[in-house]
Amino acid sequence: MKTVAILCLAFSLSACAAPGPNASADDPYEAHNRQVHASNKALDQALSGDGNDSGRSIPPAIGDGIVNFADNVSLPGMVANNLLQLDLAAALSNTTRFILNSTLGLGGILDPADDIGLFEDEADFAQTLAVWGVGEGAYLELPVIGPQTQRDVAGRIGDFFVDPFGKFASDELVWAARIANLASKSVKRDQFSATIDSVLYDSADSYEQQRLIYLQNRRFELGVTNADDAVDPYADLYGDE
Amino acid sequence: MNRRHMIALTSSALAAPTMSVAVPTATAQTLVDGLVAEVNDVIAANMSEAAMINRFAAIFDRYSDVPTIARYCLGVDARRASAAELRAYTAAFRDYIAGKYGRRFQEFVGGQIIVVGAKPVKEWVEVETSVRLRGRNPFQMDWHVSDRSGRPAFFNFIIEGVNMLLTERAEIGAMLDKRRGNLSALIEDMKAI
Repeated sequence: MKTVAILCLAFSLSACAAPGPNASADDPYEAHNRQVHASNKALDQALSGDGNDSGRSIPPAIGDGIVNFADNVSLPGMVANNLLQLDLAAALSNTTRFILNSTLGLGGILDPADDIGLFEDEADFAQTLAVWGVGEGAYLELPVIGPQTQRDVAGRIGDFFVDPFGKFASDELVWAARIANLASKSVKRDQFSATIDSVLYDSADSYEQQRLIYLQNRRFELGVTNADDAVDPYADLYGDE
Repeated sequence: MNRRHMIALTSSALAAPTMSVAVPTATAQTLVDGLVAEVNDVIAANMSEAAMINRFAAIFDRYSDVPTIARYCLGVDARRASAAELRAYTAAFRDYIAGKYGRRFQEFVGGQIIVVGAKPVKEWVEVETSVRLRGRNPFQMDWHVSDRSGRPAFFNFIIEGVNMLLTERAEIGAMLDKRRGNLSALIEDMKAI
């Protein structure tokens, strides 16, 4: 039943357009997205200060533990997606990482796997959809969540079904994972405050900057960057040819 | 510079007359080796933000092709600018970019950049580096190097897929739109950042 739901979702999205050249955005909902952007910015400002305080406010020792734990509990879901993408090498390395950090890493609070170079091989259902050939769809800015594509939204729903963590973990652990996930987001917001502040508060058009940065980074993560997008300012000095 | 690079440099210098367009891969990698060593010095040292930005400005001057980056980011408006306007804009852009990315490199403090490798792409060389920050997955930073300005220099960098030239071109374009296309006003705005 779940599989059918996911396949239907995948099918309905396969009509979505492929990304165009030069990090262009398919943004038919721009007017509405900009409204959401303004309220997201106001929310960010309320939660993280006015963007003028530089430096971290969360001590690294606490922040790192939260991020490590949240990353660790997301690994089973990543392994499920590695398998759906038939990426067995990534599935194996993420599984090893999960076992190592859950045991030696005291339930994932520490990250001994990192120390031996066993880094996280990120995967999510949006990536699985991309591997299956589903197009990116339109760009969306969602309340609180922020930048997404239609494929990312479908991926979030898909991840809810494919993530096996809830099936083997206790209810308490599942709740701890959810809370850690939220906390991890604010730690990362704090850790990269200078870059995020610079994009949100120092840009002439923060909506456009965020869209451009999000889409380029997301395509890179998903491995769908088009090599022809590379810019050659010597061949095209004014970028208008 | 290690011996491997010396040999590669020497051999590429010998091969230079037959290799017309692209910068030799080894030359590009040597450039990024030097650049990365300097950046690592800056992020390992305990210095003020102003001192860091000064160091980054010097690194940009030495290792990048600022005039080309500046002109690309201005786009079509560079066509109708006078030589004097373009000079003033390029100088303002240089300070703007060093300040902006110098401040961002502050997040790398305590970390380290490692050169992974280099490969020719189209008319230039892409040098891949990996940024290692404590408690975080390493992230990829690619440098695009060319000698078409007359010397080997980088003209773009891409952080986890985010292309500096495209991002800054959009930003400068938005800044110029705010000033209804007035270049002198843009230059003043850039100086204020």
